[in-house]
Amino acid sequence: MSRPLVRLFVDRLVAAFIVLCVMVAAIPVLVLLLFVVIKGLPGLLTPGFFTDAPHPQGVPGGGVLNAIIGTLEIVGLASLLAVPVGALIGIFLSEYGRNQVGDTVSFISDVLTGLPSIAFGILGYTVVVSTTHHFSAISASIALAVLMLPVILRATESALLLVPHTLREAGLALGAPRWRVTLEIVVPAALGGIVTGALLAMARAAGETAPLLFTAFGNDIVQSNPLQPMGALSLTVFRNALSPYQNLQDQAWAAALLLVMLVATTNILARVYVRRIQR
Amino acid sequence: MGKGTAERVAPAPLVGIGRQRRLISGDDVFHAIAFAAAALILLVAAVFVIALVIPALPAITRFGLGFLVSRSWDPVQSQFGALAAIYGTVVTSAIGLLIAFPIGLAAALFLAEESGVRLLRGPLSFAIELLAGIPSVVIGLWAFFILTPIMRDTVDPFLNHTLGFLPLFQGSPSGYGYLTAGLVLAIMVLPIMIALSRDVIRAVPRALREASLALGATNAETIWSVILPYARVGITGAVLLSLGRALGETIAVTMVIGNRNEISSSLFASGYTLPSVIANEFTEAVGNVYLGSLFYLGVILVLITIVVNVLARLLVWRFTGSEPTAA
Repeated sequence: MSRPLVRLFVDRLVAAFIVLCVMVAAIPVLVLLLFVVIKGLPGLLTPGFFTDAPHPQGVPGGGVLNAIIGTLEIVGLASLLAVPVGALIGIFLSEYGRNQVGDTVSFISDVLTGLPSIAFGILGYTVVVSTTHHFSAISASIALAVLMLPVILRATESALLLVPHTLREAGLALGAPRWRVTLEIVVPAALGGIVTGALLAMARAAGETAPLLFTAFGNDIVQSNPLQPMGALSLTVFRNALSPYQNLQDQAWAAALLLVMLVATTNILARVYVRRIQR
Repeated sequence: MGKGTAERVAPAPLVGIGRQRRLISGDDVFHAIAFAAAALILLVAAVFVIALVIPALPAITRFGLGFLVSRSWDPVQSQFGALAAIYGTVVTSAIGLLIAFPIGLAAALFLAEESGVRLLRGPLSFAIELLAGIPSVVIGLWAFFILTPIMRDTVDPFLNHTLGFLPLFQGSPSGYGYLTAGLVLAIMVLPIMIALSRDVIRAVPRALREASLALGATNAETIWSVILPYARVGITGAVLLSLGRALGETIAVTMVIGNRNEISSSLFASGYTLPSVIANEFTEAVGNVYLGSLFYLGVILVLITIVVNVLARLLVWRFTGSEPTAA
């Protein structure tokens, strides 16, 4: 072969390799979702899945009501803690943060983002569980709130920074003090980004398992007291998968499907909201 | 003239006067609240350090740095060491990155390029975002029930047959172990690897690429001698961020690693990683030293991930001039 032909051949070969890799990258998603849907759907449609407490091991049937309530409550409480604080830190970074303090806060937020999720479980354990001497939903919420914080504050900061400076100047020129300009002009203008950040953080928190292992711990009883141990969908998936009973394993798949649907819905909501705001 | 006249001629509206007379202005209050929130995250970081290090002290004082190189893990004799867990963490992460790096880089090149198969780009981006959003416990569930039998019956025996002369691929496959865990990690870091490398490759100046093509270089030659050398630093950052994620991944790995505190040269063997020891044994650990050893593992894990992440962010930041978008 002549040299130009070789070069052309190599070029085509690389192009083919790239397309091949793209397909290999896409396969896991498809296979994963396919299995979760196929194996989870029958369990999801079983009567009692949404309305019953788990049955004792070896007894067929049972549902995951405890886990559904648990996930909603734990993530809800975590959001109550993390969203206002995260948004305020975001406001601080964007409006007052061009200094040493802002840089330090930024850096710490980045470090928190990179920490393994199990570290947040250890935090919840030491700070709450070991001081109160029992596992509780609130300890899980606190752990998840810290995990959500960097996501929310980054989203808020970047949304606020996108608000044009002229808008702020217009508000100030009308005689409004800076705090009213921030709260009544800048924040509403950036609301889309803030809400999206909060929703993404909630989606991530709902899927976490490691931070719940030794905070919420899990509970087969349906209960909503945040000071008591509580079940969660992710814990149901983890524990039931490792159990030897077929009905519990089926439930793990169904809970996984429910979890994926929950997370996906939250993600899609976030995106739809952003689009509506941007128009 | 001057300030005094202006005040007399046009008095400020009543509301304004009221505000000026207050000792503390709304601006000060709001600034203070925002500052307090920002200070809270510093407090959280401080509490984090204390919550991790104080409970680890019994183990730190007892074993010292020897903990890092000790292989024993014996709750009965109260002898603990981190070497097996560190080994498992390093091996599984290395396997994960070795698989995810070429695939992720290729996919990123595909996504960043302007020409090529446009039809595939949208669905692929969507699929990658979807994968990034799937909870790790779901990936673990899938790996536990679907991937491990495939590894045990097909992949591992095949590797044993063809590459069995290497110690890496000897021994009887159970489906659980370093290799399976590494594969799971590859799947989990792929979205980060792709998203970050794509951003980095997009930041390569168009003029450079076009100049190369105009000189007659093929696409492949442009990638090899223009895009990749230019994006090298940023891609290194992307790899490091993926590594940070792989090192700390807990649940999915715990479900397939086999959970055995031993070191084995075979990739088919069961092992342990730092996070999976903690996840598995935390609630059953009795005594200060046992629990302290688990916290010690946590301290090691957190230190490693912080170093890797800070390094990665510096590299990506230096390259694209902005914060990494993913991870």
